[in-house]
Amino acid sequence: MNTEELVKNIIKISKKEINIMEFCGTHTHEMFRYGIRQLLPSNIHLHSGPGCPVCVTSEEDIDYIIYLAENYDLGIITFGDLINVPGSNRNLNILRAKGKEVKVIYSPLEALSIARQNSHKKYLLIGIGFETTAPNLAYTLIKAKEENIKNLYFLSLHKLTPPAMKAILDMGEIKLHGIIGPGHVSTIIGRRGWKDIFDKYQVPFVITGFKPEEILYGIYQLIKIIEEEKPALINAYGKSVKEEGNIKAQEIMYKVFKIGPANWRGLGIIENSGLLLREEFEEFDIRKIYSVKVESKKNDLCKCGEVLRGIIKPTECPLYKKVCTPENPKGPCMVSAEGTCSAYYLYGGE
Amino acid sequence: MEEIILLSHGNGGESTRRLIEEEILKYFGNDILNQLLDSAIFDIKGRLAFTTDSFVVSPIFFNGGDIGKLSIYGTINDLSVMGAKPLYLSVGLIVEEGLSFEEFRKILLSMKAASEECGIKIITGDTKVVERGKGDKIFINTSGIGIIETSLDWRGRGIEQGDIVIINGGIGEHGLCIMIQRLGIKVGEEVKSDLAPLNSLVLPLLKISNNIKFMRDPTRGGVAGVLNEIAQKYSVEIEIEEEKIPIKPWVRSASEILGIDPLYSANEGKVIIIASRKDEDKIMSFLKNHPLGKDAEIIGEIKGKGNRVYLKTKLGTRRILDPLKRDLLPRIC
Ligand code: SF4
Repeated sequence: MNTEELVKNIIKISKKEINIMEFCGTHTHEMFRYGIRQLLPSNIHLHSGPGCPVCVTSEEDIDYIIYLAENYDLGIITFGDLINVPGSNRNLNILRAKGKEVKVIYSPLEALSIARQNSHKKYLLIGIGFETTAPNLAYTLIKAKEENIKNLYFLSLHKLTPPAMKAILDMGEIKLHGIIGPGHVSTIIGRRGWKDIFDKYQVPFVITGFKPEEILYGIYQLIKIIEEEKPALINAYGKSVKEEGNIKAQEIMYKVFKIGPANWRGLGIIENSGLLLREEFEEFDIRKIYSVKVESKKNDLCKCGEVLRGIIKPTECPLYKKVCTPENPKGPCMVSAEGTCSAYYLYGGE
Repeated sequence: MEEIILLSHGNGGESTRRLIEEEILKYFGNDILNQLLDSAIFDIKGRLAFTTDSFVVSPIFFNGGDIGKLSIYGTINDLSVMGAKPLYLSVGLIVEEGLSFEEFRKILLSMKAASEECGIKIITGDTKVVERGKGDKIFINTSGIGIIETSLDWRGRGIEQGDIVIINGGIGEHGLCIMIQRLGIKVGEEVKSDLAPLNSLVLPLLKISNNIKFMRDPTRGGVAGVLNEIAQKYSVEIEIEEEKIPIKPWVRSASEILGIDPLYSANEGKVIIIASRKDEDKIMSFLKNHPLGKDAEIIGEIKGKGNRVYLKTKLGTRRILDPLKRDLLPRIC
């Protein structure tokens, strides 16, 4: 089926008033970019989920990084968007403008050369992302250990996606009839990675790719099983996702990380949803070295938490567009290109 | 011993004199510059265009060019798109202590070749050396003067409904090439900046059509940025069609991997042209027969009054194409 036929068929078979959630921020972004929402009938309600790693970074974690940078003379090494994410009242970009060393890297291995070239300085590398990026960071730490690099510390903000999906289903704030499952994450964890959740909740779940025709195909499959009332866990992105996922990546990831709690913006602390460093890599673990508790204040006006749980649309946030814009973001959902607020803003979601 | 630029090369004394006379004049020398006066003195009669730009690109050498060439072509392009024939340039070099003479000379040589290619003279300049860590190898500022024949001055030719939007080739190449090289990703030779001087393309084009109403080179902010500037400045609504926009395959894959939309990525050898539809054939056949325009396409049109840019996607939907609102940073997921 080509895209036109897919749209026609979706319209033809879709009868019920339903809520579906696209978990992944890249899906949110691509669906806006191609105007896919405009093509779907009005009885299908799309809700964006918490699948944007930058967006779910908690105020506490940002405040902790700022505290470390200010008090311990650590250079911060991080990935792009994180520098604009607000903590309680500041972000890393402001720190950088004030003269603290904050380096933005594109590939984690760059952190090793920074540390090597500036051996008199100490650096903190911030690892962020879901199962898709964690193996790369794990590999970087394996290298750092092999090379005996002593001036590089690590803060893991890595999070796992199935526990967050589970938390949303447990909260039950919206009745979800179906889930568009994240394609990239599933290449690592496999279809198998979603099985427990599916078995428990029996919510139709379709792992979907990112090209417009792949997204429409995923939605078509999802609508079909919802309408037929035959819940299933379907892999509609078979060209990239295997049943068991990428075993090698999983091995590297779990060689370095173990599962533990993580703090999600909007969802709070979720048990078994984060990746912490194993004992063998403790020498890099910043939390073991400077374990301070930093007081954080939540910005009550920013509704990112509700946006991430799919219960409100960005347009319902009082700050949206008026005060909060991609140039001057008040919350992380406006910072990242994958954030729902930013997708609404940039692509004219009304 | 490896020769490097030292702070003393910028102290105004003997080393500075030698740097200027033995290195810089050797490459850039001409009748006006060689006088080494405090100002360059020359006569021109006519309507002049004057522009300036600073170049801080890193890495300073990239596939398809280097900071030197970029600093010459960049200013030539700003003059050319206004219909001005580039004549004279000034060059300000800010060099970070520690830059090797080998790299320094390579840059000067490339600037020399670029200015000769475009028939422009460097007639005044300045060199400063800053401490290590206060710069990033080398920064270059160039200013340029050009002369405009009245018949080529497109200003004031009103943009109206039905006018077409043209681009002379694939978009986003410079920005994505730089991004890829910063990442240190090994890639094939098809990955390169589109850096090119536009004078040989746009000046003859303005001669054959007096229905060209606007031209600009979409550098920072990319095609989306320039189109939004036009929409706002001229109070028009523009619609472009995704499927008409020329994008090289490597640009498409790089943009997918890095999460950077080519519409927002910088170009250094591209020009956006708004023209009346009646000259469509003339303009397109000229472009298609020029090496810098062979991939030219009509990508959209002026829809009427308004202030927004819309993109018709390949699915037939329509969405706003906003100007760039953030730094271009690769996605992490
Ligand atoms: S619009 Fe801004 S303030 Fe409102 S929820 Fe989104 S990120 Fe937060």
